[in-house]
Amino acid sequence: MSDIIEDIEIRLLLEALYQRFHYDFRDYAQASIRRRLRQARDQMGFANFSALQEHLLHDDDMLPRLLGYLTVQVSEMFRDPSFFRTIREKVVPHLRTYPSLKLWVAGCSAGEELYSYVILFREEGLEDRTLFYATDISEEALAAASRGIYSLDRIRTFTENHRASGGKSSLSDYYTSAYGNAVFDKSLRDRVVFSDHSLVTDAVFGEMQLVSCRNVMIYFNRDLQDRAIGLFSDSLMRNGFLALGSKENLRFSRHADAFADFVREEKIYQRREQ
Amino acid sequence: MNGVSPRAVVIGASAGALQALSQILPELPSDFPVPVLIVVHIPADRRNMLAPLFQAKCRMLVREAEDKEPAMAGTIYFAPPGYHLLAEADGTLSLSSDEEVLYSRPSVDVLFESAADAYGSNVIGIILTGANPDGAQGLRAIGEAGGSAIVEDPAGAYADTMPEEALKACPTAQVMTLGEIAAHLLKVCPA
Ligand SMILES: C[S@@+](CC[C@H](N)C(=O)[O-])C[C@H]1O[C@@H](n2cnc3c(N)ncnc32)[C@H](O)[C@@H]1O
Repeated sequence: MSDIIEDIEIRLLLEALYQRFHYDFRDYAQASIRRRLRQARDQMGFANFSALQEHLLHDDDMLPRLLGYLTVQVSEMFRDPSFFRTIREKVVPHLRTYPSLKLWVAGCSAGEELYSYVILFREEGLEDRTLFYATDISEEALAAASRGIYSLDRIRTFTENHRASGGKSSLSDYYTSAYGNAVFDKSLRDRVVFSDHSLVTDAVFGEMQLVSCRNVMIYFNRDLQDRAIGLFSDSLMRNGFLALGSKENLRFSRHADAFADFVREEKIYQRREQ
Repeated sequence: MNGVSPRAVVIGASAGALQALSQILPELPSDFPVPVLIVVHIPADRRNMLAPLFQAKCRMLVREAEDKEPAMAGTIYFAPPGYHLLAEADGTLSLSSDEEVLYSRPSVDVLFESAADAYGSNVIGIILTGANPDGAQGLRAIGEAGGSAIVEDPAGAYADTMPEEALKACPTAQVMTLGEIAAHLLKVCPA
């Protein structure tokens, strides 16, 4: 079994992080959190987690560095194009029937998923009546999301994904290139509210038609997944949509009954009438 | 294995994986007593055909792993393309979309290191053919945790880099041909 001392140290470190800074990673899936903490320990040159913890408690610049290791910032625009195609073809027709819309992208990372939705909604003529809420626990990620600047070498994938998702325009309509970067048009953010929000410790966001939380809950254990899904269920209107990552599902959740499969292969669920 | 009973078999393979796995997996009976967790390197944009492909040849159940599902005896789980597969101490499986490791996601190292933590000495780790060093560190971790480390004989492997690198990192690993690996599993994991 894994080193018993290491287990104790990890538990204490996560407890310290919570008690001192209120970031709660205590119920994240253990295997990946351990991997990321070992990376942090080794790359920052600490002999063990106790040494790391001491610095965390006494050194002001440790927190952002440690959070950089603990929050995984891997994303893509129009990630899983068939998912966004399904949003466009199957979910948008329902959304059109509402005079005003609220969409919550929970765990938005550096904004790739958010901009995918804003662009898609613009192409479908829904942007003007939509408020987009983009939340994450990582301040750095939120700052990057509100800048909307991505390295040009990522744009090729984004462009291919956008096209494969049924994009009605060229992705290049939405950004200008400068110094090796693609700078996305700031009008895309006109209707976006960015905010710091944790699915583990914070409360409900009200009356959404669509909640998108992709590739975030895989990092949680089952109890935390239940908490997050409870939040989503309470945040959604009747018949509102919940979209998960391509390898996530509600099968093991306590709240599974609150949702019906909408498009099963794409992990899009609809909140049942109660 | 020091007489301890295995709780899981983990396998990593890259170039030549399909051939190699085809010589091992169909040999295992439907009531093979532990789960078999497998990472094969495949591009993320492909629909994973591995599970249906092997289900047609195997007696064990074959599936693509889902997040948080319990790893069941008698079942072969493939890591989905684009996601790392990790073993948890409570016997469930997790997926992650962390960065690629050695240009690979899923990564053999990630699966093997988590299996070493989760199962300790009660795991059998097997490195098969492949043209990269992924899996070497993971096999070492399994060896250090007291688990059983097995490497396909590089001399007979389709691509020998992966087995060679694994042997360098974990010199105590047993070297076997594909046929011997299947027979060995049947012996140490009696149904
Ligand atoms: C792998 S990224 C997923 C990005 C995007 N949703 C996608 O699918 O491409 C995971 C994100 O979840 C965020 N996250 C982790 N824990 C969280 C929590 N408790 N509440 C909200 N966001 C969290 C991380 O900061 C990171 O930005």
